[in-house]
Amino acid sequence: MARVIGDVILDLQNISLSFGGVKALTNISFDVREGEIRAIIGPNGAGKSSMLNVINGVYHPQQGRIVFRGQERRRMNPHEAAAQGIARTFQNIALFKGMTVLDNIMTGRNLMMRRNFLWNALYWGPSRREEIAHRKRVEEIIDFLEIQNIRKTPVGRLPYGLQKRVELARALAAEPSLLLLDEPMAGMNVEEKQDMCRFILDVNEQLGTTIVLIEHDMGVVMDISDRVVVLDYGRKIGDGPPDEVRNDPVVIEAYLGAGH
Amino acid sequence: MIYREAGQFKASYEEDQQIFPIKQDRIVMAALVAAAFFVAPFVASEYWLQAVLTPVLVFALAALGLNILTGYAGQLSLGTGAFMAVGAYATYNFLLRLDGLPFLVGLVLGGLSAAAVGVVFGLPSLRIKGFYLAMATLAAQFFIVWALAKFPWFSNYSSSGIITAQRIEIFGFAFDTPARKYLLTLAIVSLLALVAKNLARTNTGRSWMAVRDMDVAAEVIGIPLMKTKLLAFAVSSFYCGIAGGLYAYTYLGTVEPDGFGLDLSFKILFMIIIGGMGSVLGAFLGAAFILLLPVGLNVLMHTSVGALVPATLASNLELIVFGVLIIFFLIVEPHGLTRLWQIGKEKLRLWPFPH
Amino acid sequence: MGFFLEVLIGGLLAGMLYALVALGFVLIFKASGVLNFAQGAMVFFAALTFVGLTERLPAWLGLSPEWAGLFWIALLLTAVVMVLLAWLVERFMLRKLVNQPAITLFMATIGLSYLIEGVAQGMWGAVVRGLDLGIADEPVMGLLERYNLMISKFDLVAATVAGVLVAVLALFFQYTKVGRALRAVADDHQAALSIGIPLQRIWVIVWAVAGFVAIVAGLVWGSRNGVQFALTYTALKALPVLILGGLTSVPGAIVGGLIIGASEKLAEVYLGPFVGGGIDSWFPYVLALVFLLIRPEGLFGEKHIDRV
Repeated sequence: MARVIGDVILDLQNISLSFGGVKALTNISFDVREGEIRAIIGPNGAGKSSMLNVINGVYHPQQGRIVFRGQERRRMNPHEAAAQGIARTFQNIALFKGMTVLDNIMTGRNLMMRRNFLWNALYWGPSRREEIAHRKRVEEIIDFLEIQNIRKTPVGRLPYGLQKRVELARALAAEPSLLLLDEPMAGMNVEEKQDMCRFILDVNEQLGTTIVLIEHDMGVVMDISDRVVVLDYGRKIGDGPPDEVRNDPVVIEAYLGAGH
Repeated sequence: MIYREAGQFKASYEEDQQIFPIKQDRIVMAALVAAAFFVAPFVASEYWLQAVLTPVLVFALAALGLNILTGYAGQLSLGTGAFMAVGAYATYNFLLRLDGLPFLVGLVLGGLSAAAVGVVFGLPSLRIKGFYLAMATLAAQFFIVWALAKFPWFSNYSSSGIITAQRIEIFGFAFDTPARKYLLTLAIVSLLALVAKNLARTNTGRSWMAVRDMDVAAEVIGIPLMKTKLLAFAVSSFYCGIAGGLYAYTYLGTVEPDGFGLDLSFKILFMIIIGGMGSVLGAFLGAAFILLLPVGLNVLMHTSVGALVPATLASNLELIVFGVLIIFFLIVEPHGLTRLWQIGKEKLRLWPFPH
Repeated sequence: MGFFLEVLIGGLLAGMLYALVALGFVLIFKASGVLNFAQGAMVFFAALTFVGLTERLPAWLGLSPEWAGLFWIALLLTAVVMVLLAWLVERFMLRKLVNQPAITLFMATIGLSYLIEGVAQGMWGAVVRGLDLGIADEPVMGLLERYNLMISKFDLVAATVAGVLVAVLALFFQYTKVGRALRAVADDHQAALSIGIPLQRIWVIVWAVAGFVAIVAGLVWGSRNGVQFALTYTALKALPVLILGGLTSVPGAIVGGLIIGASEKLAEVYLGPFVGGGIDSWFPYVLALVFLLIRPEGLFGEKHIDRV
């Protein structure tokens, strides 16, 4: 399937965010087009994670507008963001440690499950059919990410790289239209990184999911992203296709340091 | 060689989602339940039925209720006793004041009353967590016991809030012997245990555990925190309420508010710590263990070993042993007896070739 | 007005004692992140050990029961026992529960309180004992004559002792080396370890200090109400104080104690008659809870931002 980059689905305008006087983000604007892979880069403390947290409603910016799929909002909570089709992974893995891989991924489908607890209490008829139907979809994701052999393992016992993959699986289970990945490859070895890259590209190409990702590995970012936003000290200092950004003197100055 | 799952292939997700996916487990469980229903009432003495088996079931139900809230949903409660009291006193009043109300309806109404009270005291969980929430449940514990003792209406103006359970009659059949009361308790507890297991293995239970393990992440994937926590409080208190009703009606017959004090709440907390947090089986194992331990100690004290222990120490041995066991289990096996049981099964599955 | 003042002052004096017990909690929480439910059991244990020693020491050492030095020897030995307890707790419990969730540690301290209660009664028996510190529980004459206020001398002395102890501890943590190390540990365990602060020794020290606080609380309370199992409930009195003051704040414990003490007495006197009395079992909790809903971090606690 050929990749199609569509219209703008997420538009951030003049976002400012501060915590008790400390400015995390200052007047940042950028947009994300349907079907693209958009990267956010910048040195530590540049405000990248805060940016993701603003997009899915964990943080509420003091100023600015967010337009997602034509709907404008000043603030929303994470639960509403999820309902609108935004899923994400976290920099420090946020899996449910006491649950199995399968259960973790199944939680990703909670918004699509309609039966209330009274039906579930009986586990009969509609409730059972619903569980089974969603299990089937989850198994497809498990196949897609090649984690069949660990599906009944509690995630707390898995190595770091696999946990990252399970977290991606949980996000995918929600069938999001916009997927936010916070350093999906941090702390991985080369082989794991290659796998993760492949999965991200597959998700983007085969499922048509729009992706916004934060990543430190420049090689990876330049390879897989369509457009890159560069943040520094909470301000936007660059925006454009990888090649353009790479050669932007301002970006080189800020990101690589004066020595380069 | 008997406990094997080789050759048992699961052809559908339905089969894989069963409560006991391994055939031998199903057989053992069915045999246990059958024995509890059809053998125990005829074999066990009145003493055993009345003073051991029935209370174990009642406490297992209360522990199940606490386990839903604390083990599954991760909200520590120290008010279990109070929610049981609400169940007992509400059941009593419904049966007393509504003429001809069937017992089971009264019991369920008692459970629902406890659920409603549980939701009220669960409301702070939306803003506060951890210790602070535990303190909120302590407020419930003290307030409810105080209110039941202070307002005579609750106990129909009996002295110091004591209530005496009415006769239990269902469709004209009187549950008036220890064996019959035991069977009634067993039926209700089995049913509610099955319901708890169903909740635990479906979306409801996963949402609870997600909130327990990481509430921020749960919210981000669309689990509504408020609804999920309050549902846990409601279902948990319902279970405790029913347990309280049974405590008064099938176990003790006469109860007073002080009997539902903080000590009772701690006892039930100990049951889930020792039995296993977040496990239905754990509630039963924990209840049996905590109730049988004093009996065992008592027997031990009457042997030649017991004669060596000074009398002052002997009468406090229960406190000491409970304390040590709680600390021991929290350090060595936080998943309690249930986990030991599972490890045993794993070993058996691989025996005699562990590699 | 005079009556109101009496109730208020009586409440504030009682509040000072609540603050003292709450302080035991705060010390341990600051240094090890453990909400020590066993603090009440420690109060009971300390008082019982002290009384038990004063009863038996004369026979053991061949001293006269009337000898004034007996008090100090018993006090010293009780302090030694509390240090030993702190060491045992660290060695066999805390050390093994490092990095466990805070709520697990809290539950472990509930187990610990059962254990301590059992050991205390197992060692010294469960009979209620009197304890006379030689301070009369009678109105202070000067106040009665000049302002017509009935303020108990005992309450006044007890509150003064509590106040002095609180002040000494606050200074200790502010200005001594151990105090600085302790605050570092409270701030960040890992960082403290990395600059060479011996975490385990610090834990023994704070648990021991909490034990000394328990001795004072136990003696004061025990001489008023008798040394009995009910002393363990002092923990339940201190918990609402902690909610109000914040788990990590020494000033919070003091102010929280005063607020709880005063409002509890005032409520019992002015509100109690309308609902049948006995409301002091739950009133502090409800008060603290209402406050908590408005200000979840407590009076002096630090605001906490969840990072993801």
